[in-house]
Amino acid sequence: MTALLEVENLRTRFRTDDGFVQAVDGVSFAIEPGSTLGIVGESGSGKSVTCLTVMGLNDTRNTTSEGSARFDGIELIGAGRDQLNKLRGTRMAMIFQDPMTSLNPVKTIGWQLEEAVLAHQDVTRKEARARSVAALGDVRIPRAEARLRDYPHQFSGGMRQRVMIAMALINGPDLIIADEPTTALDVTTQAQILALMNGLQEEHGMAIIMITHDLGVVAEVADDVVVMYGGQIVEQAPVGEVFYRPRHPYTWGLLGSLPRLDAEVDRLVQIPGQPPSLMRPPDGCRFHPRCAYTMDICRTQLPVLETSPGTDHLQRCWLDDETKRREGTKIIEMVHQAAS
Amino acid sequence: MSDLLVVENVKKYFPITRGIVFQKEVAAVKAVDDVSFTVKRGETLGIVGESGCGKSTLARCILRLLDPTAGRIIFDDRDITSLKRSEMRPIRREMMMVFQDPYASLNPRKRVGFIVSEPLEVAKLGTAAERKRRVQELLEVVGLNPEHYNRFPHEFSGGQRQRIGVARALAVNPKLIVCDEPVSALDVSVQAQILNLLRDLQGEFGLTYVFIAHDLNVVRHISDRVMVMYLGKIVEQASDRDLYRQPYHPYTGALLSAVPIPNPELGRKRKPILLEGDVPNPINPPEGCRFHPRCPSAIAGTCDVIEPPLVEIRPGRRGACHNPLPGWDASAARHEPGSTVATG
Repeated sequence: MTALLEVENLRTRFRTDDGFVQAVDGVSFAIEPGSTLGIVGESGSGKSVTCLTVMGLNDTRNTTSEGSARFDGIELIGAGRDQLNKLRGTRMAMIFQDPMTSLNPVKTIGWQLEEAVLAHQDVTRKEARARSVAALGDVRIPRAEARLRDYPHQFSGGMRQRVMIAMALINGPDLIIADEPTTALDVTTQAQILALMNGLQEEHGMAIIMITHDLGVVAEVADDVVVMYGGQIVEQAPVGEVFYRPRHPYTWGLLGSLPRLDAEVDRLVQIPGQPPSLMRPPDGCRFHPRCAYTMDICRTQLPVLETSPGTDHLQRCWLDDETKRREGTKIIEMVHQAAS
Repeated sequence: MSDLLVVENVKKYFPITRGIVFQKEVAAVKAVDDVSFTVKRGETLGIVGESGCGKSTLARCILRLLDPTAGRIIFDDRDITSLKRSEMRPIRREMMMVFQDPYASLNPRKRVGFIVSEPLEVAKLGTAAERKRRVQELLEVVGLNPEHYNRFPHEFSGGQRQRIGVARALAVNPKLIVCDEPVSALDVSVQAQILNLLRDLQGEFGLTYVFIAHDLNVVRHISDRVMVMYLGKIVEQASDRDLYRQPYHPYTGALLSAVPIPNPELGRKRKPILLEGDVPNPINPPEGCRFHPRCPSAIAGTCDVIEPPLVEIRPGRRGACHNPLPGWDASAARHEPGSTVATG
């Protein structure tokens, strides 16, 4: 299968008053039609900026992007506004973290949904309204017809996120980029939204890029996982590989630091220190100041993102394969076996 | 072990008024509605619930940052419910709070040394030199560099700021620390640092925590006992192990099943119990059991009419449900009118 979206060596740099920030530094990944890619990382790891760059949503006055991102063969980096507008909102759509700030508070939901249709398709307002009703029905909002006349503040947080999903889906996109879509929601509402997105994906067959900091969410929805740290990918593999055979010390730390509902852990594994500043990233491996396995080479040379022999499991670490396998297994046994 | 904190039938209603000159009360938000529990010395009581369930309001009532509408709060064998401001002052140093947002809870214009020593000054403890020594000691205890005494909050990251918040709470050697969502604003790797720190400090200083969070994983990790709240009421309370092994209330069951598990095989096998709709409006809560409109096992004619009282279902375990989850004997929850409501 050919990839729907192919990102290659993407680099995004912001100009700030204090200097340049290399927010995304050589990110490459591909996503197949109908599949789900999870991008995990902590704040400042570059996961959101990667997707904003792909969508062409960065402020062009202080941002420079290099590299390539091809959507169905069309190059997005450096593409003109008109060309992007033909794709955004129709073939690729985005869902944001906070639905309250992404909806216009002084327009009705119906107006906003219809606008999304009318902006891209040559249909009558009546037809646009009919599609809006159908879209709200798709995301299981009861009394869709009446609710079109409501304003965003009349919806609860979970309902607003449903409206955002309806808006993203209304023109039948091939790709949805969801940036922390459930982070602001309560856990029972999160379960509703994830189940809804899962069902809609089965129905409509779109690909989803799910950006999140929650490893639990990734484990449940993603087919492939990208782990980001300091603007770079440190590990990239199918979901089972990442959760059962992790090969990077940062991923080990993430898995070990999670308090678990299903496990009795006395003390959490903690990653010491803070995430790096992207203004002055550390020399060598970005993770070395916080890593328990640091060697001399880690301090001076950045490891390459490469596959473990005989797998499609990419990782960026200087440790030898034997150590990675041994230490990775140790962590996994600790994390998952405590669970049983 | 004796009880450090006893909360009896505490209610907190926020009035909704109409009119400008003659303010008339038209309704009330029943944020906390008849809540009773105890906290033993040296233990951690976790309180979980979704947004709007009243957990933060309850925390503020315990510390008398809000005055409860009704009920009693007994702290260290003393009824503090109606103490005057001046009478509260010596007690305040025994109970401190760690707040959710480490960005909003530290004064950006004050140096760290001042922020951490402020409780000492308020309590009029020690000389300036002693206070400085104490602050440096505290910074060291929470894992910060004592040399950073003169820095401002903006020079620290989120996790470090939360450490400052913890140092401030520890300054006056309190008996009780109420932590209101102390790690929910932090990244996972930093969250683990703070959770480990809180646990170490508890061992070292014999602290008692009331730990409030919406994240069930975190609450399970840190707590000895857990209380689940829904719409201003306690629906269930148990030791952490029992609660997670065998939930009693359907709401607890739904909450637990909704938490994603970072294990793809297990996570995809389980079927979350999806609740319908949203948390109802606390101004006009549903009749009977407050959870009945969303409850998968509600009994028509019972759950929507009679409010289930919170009763002791097993030693050390309380629940409020007419039709508990499978594995529980429903008759255990059935009660005679006028039977006493267990506290414990």
